[in-house]
Amino acid sequence: MLKITDLHANINGKEILKGIDLEVRPGEVHAIMGPNGSGKSTLSAVLTGNPAYEVTRGSVEFYGKDLLALSPEDRSHEGLFLSFQYPVEIPGVSMVNFMRTAVNEQRKYRGLEPLSATDFLKLMREKREIVELDNKLASRSVNEGFSGGEKKRNEIFQMAMLEPRLSILDETDSGLDIDALRIVAGGVNKLKSEKNATIVITHYQRLLDYIAPDFVHVLYKGRIVKSGGPELALELEERGYDWIKKELGEI
Amino acid sequence: MSAVQQYIDLYRSQRELIAGHSSQVMNALRDEAVALLESRGLPTLKDEEYRRTDIEALYAPDYGLNLGRVNIEVNPYEVFRCDVPNLSTLLYFVVNDTFYAQAQPVATKLPEGVIAGSLCEMSEKYPQLVARYYGRAADMKRDGTVALNTAFAQDGFFLYIPDGVIVEKPIQLVNILRGNVDFLVNRRLLVVVGKGAQAKLLVCDHSDESSVQFLASQVCEIFVDDDAVFDYYDMEESSENTAKVASVFVRQGARSNVLINGIVLHNGVTRSNYYSTFAGEHAELSLCGMGIVDKEQSVDTYTYIDHAVSHCRSNELFKYVLNGSARGSFCGRILVRHGAQKTEAYQGNKNLCASPLAKMYTKPQLEIYADDVKCSHGATIGQLDQNALFYMRSRGISESEARMLLMFAFTNDVIEQVRLDALKDRLRQLVEKRFRGELAKCSGCQACRQE
Repeated sequence: MLKITDLHANINGKEILKGIDLEVRPGEVHAIMGPNGSGKSTLSAVLTGNPAYEVTRGSVEFYGKDLLALSPEDRSHEGLFLSFQYPVEIPGVSMVNFMRTAVNEQRKYRGLEPLSATDFLKLMREKREIVELDNKLASRSVNEGFSGGEKKRNEIFQMAMLEPRLSILDETDSGLDIDALRIVAGGVNKLKSEKNATIVITHYQRLLDYIAPDFVHVLYKGRIVKSGGPELALELEERGYDWIKKELGEI
Repeated sequence: MSAVQQYIDLYRSQRELIAGHSSQVMNALRDEAVALLESRGLPTLKDEEYRRTDIEALYAPDYGLNLGRVNIEVNPYEVFRCDVPNLSTLLYFVVNDTFYAQAQPVATKLPEGVIAGSLCEMSEKYPQLVARYYGRAADMKRDGTVALNTAFAQDGFFLYIPDGVIVEKPIQLVNILRGNVDFLVNRRLLVVVGKGAQAKLLVCDHSDESSVQFLASQVCEIFVDDDAVFDYYDMEESSENTAKVASVFVRQGARSNVLINGIVLHNGVTRSNYYSTFAGEHAELSLCGMGIVDKEQSVDTYTYIDHAVSHCRSNELFKYVLNGSARGSFCGRILVRHGAQKTEAYQGNKNLCASPLAKMYTKPQLEIYADDVKCSHGATIGQLDQNALFYMRSRGISESEARMLLMFAFTNDVIEQVRLDALKDRLRQLVEKRFRGELAKCSGCQACRQE
C-alpha cells in the first residue's frame, strides 16, 4: 500500500531525511526506532504533508497514487492517519464539531451523504468506548485542558472515527502511564485488521509489548540503517544504539 | 472650504427649517453645538484619538440631508423581516434619521409607564422628562462629530423605563438607510432606565446596497439608574457603501449592571466611541465587541471608561478578525480617579490578521490614580495558528473549512457574552455565514437583497 523510495526532505534548508526506502503492505505493523534527532517525526510529518517540510527528492506511492502530490486533507481522505506526538489544542472548537466536520468531509470525498446528527452521535459513542474516552471530553474544545493521557486516547479515538488504511503512531507512548498505555494500545489492536497497516514510531520496547510489530527499522541520521524482525527491538532495548553506530563504523 | 464649513453654512441658512421639523428640547442645544463646531472643528488625523479614521474625509462630500423631513417611501416590514429564530422582540424602525411611526408595536404590549418611540415626538409630549437627559451625557466639547450630530439631529428613538419596571421582551430598533443620492443621516438615541428597572435593547443597522454613499452619524445616550440592569446590543450589518460614526455615552448609577456589545458583521467604514462613567458605587459594566472585516473595510473602536467612584468593576473584551486589506484599530482608555479605591478594571483586545495585507492597531491606555485597585490589560495581534490548521487538515478538514472553524472559535467568547439566548444562536449563524463568504444578512431582509 505504501512505497517510499529514496525520500529526502528539508526543514528550513536543513536536510533531515537523506534517502528513506520503505514498503508497507496491508495487515503489517512496522516499528520505526532510532535515537533522538534521527528523523522519525520528520518522516511522519512529510508523509502527512506538513507544509513546514520540503521534499527535495524521492517518491511516495500510496495505493498507486503519488502521495506527495496530495494536500494533507486528501491524504487523510485516501486513508492516511497520523497520531500526533503533541496533539494540538484548539480552544473554541468543540470535539463534536471538529469530528463531525472531519467525518463528513471524508464522506463527501467518497461520494457519500453526510451523516445525520443521530447517526453521528451514535458513531461517536461507539468509537469512544474503544479508548474509554469520557463523554465530557467529547463535548469540550479539541484537546483543551486534556491531560497527556487523554490527548493520546483522543488521537486513537479520532483514528477509530476515520478508519484509516494506514496509521502512523508518532511516539504515542510518550507521557503515558501504564494504564493509559494499555488503553491506547488496546484501542490500536482493536482497530487492526487484514486490510490496514500501522507504522509505530517509538523510542521504547514498552509499547511494542502491546502492539506487536512484524518489522522493526532503525532510523539513524535520516536513513534506515537496519531492518529486522521483532527481535531487533528487544536487542535495541538491551544494547542501545551504540552497536549500530559501531557497525556503521562511526565509533 | 473645509469639510466642517459646509455644515456650518448649511445650518446658518437652514436654521428655521431644521428647528421647524424638530422639538424644542432638541432645538435648545443647536446653537451651542454649531458654535463649538465652528471653534473646534471636526477631529482630524492629527488628533491622537482619531489617527486611524479620517473623519474630515468622511464628512467632506456633498451629502443630501433630509432637513425638511420629506417622507421617504418605504414599508420597513417589506424591506426588513428579521429571521432571528425564536427571537420575538418589540420592533421599531428608524428610516434614515426619521422614526417610522406607521409600524410599531401597540402601546399595550409595553409594561405600564414605559415610553418607546420617536425622540422628536416624545420630547414634545414629555418635554421635562426628555430635557432632563437629552445632551447631558453626550459631551460635545470632546468630539466635533457629537457637536455636529447635536446641531442637525431632528429625530431618533426614545426609550424610558420607569423605576422598578422590568421589560421582559427585548426591544429591537432597526435602522434602515435608504436614498437615491449620497446621504448623511444624524440619528439620536436616548435611553433612560429607572431605579431597579431592567431592559434589553438591540439596535441593528441595515443599508441599501445601492451605488450611493451613506454617512450615518449616531449619538446614543444611556442613563442607567441605581440597581438597574440594561443590555445594549449594537449590530451592524450594513454595506461597503456605508460609513458610520457612532458614539455611545453611558452613565451608571450605584449597583447597576450594564452590558454593551458592539458587533460589526458587515460594513464600510465604522468608527465607534464608547464613553462610560460610573456615577455610583458597586456598579458593573461589561463592554465588549467584535468585528469581522475584509476587502477595504475598516473598523475603529475607541473606549473610555471613567471609574469616578470606588467599588466598581469594568470588564472589557474586544476581538477583531481582519481579512483582505481590511484595517482595524482599538484604543481603550481606562481612567481610575483619585479615591476610586477597590476598582476592578480589566481590558482585553485580541485580533486576528488572517491575511498578509490586513492591518491592526491596538493601544491600551490605563490611567490610575488610586492605589488599592485591580487593573489589567492585554492586547494581541496574531495570525491563525499554523499547527492547529495542519492538525485539522490532517484529519481531512479542508484548509478553508479549518480556517473558518478557527476564526469562528476566535470570536466565540464575545458571542458568549450575549445575555439573550436567541440572539446568541442567531449570532453564531450569522458569524458562520459571514466567514463562509455569504453575506451576513437576514435572509428575509430585502433591503440587503436588493442590488
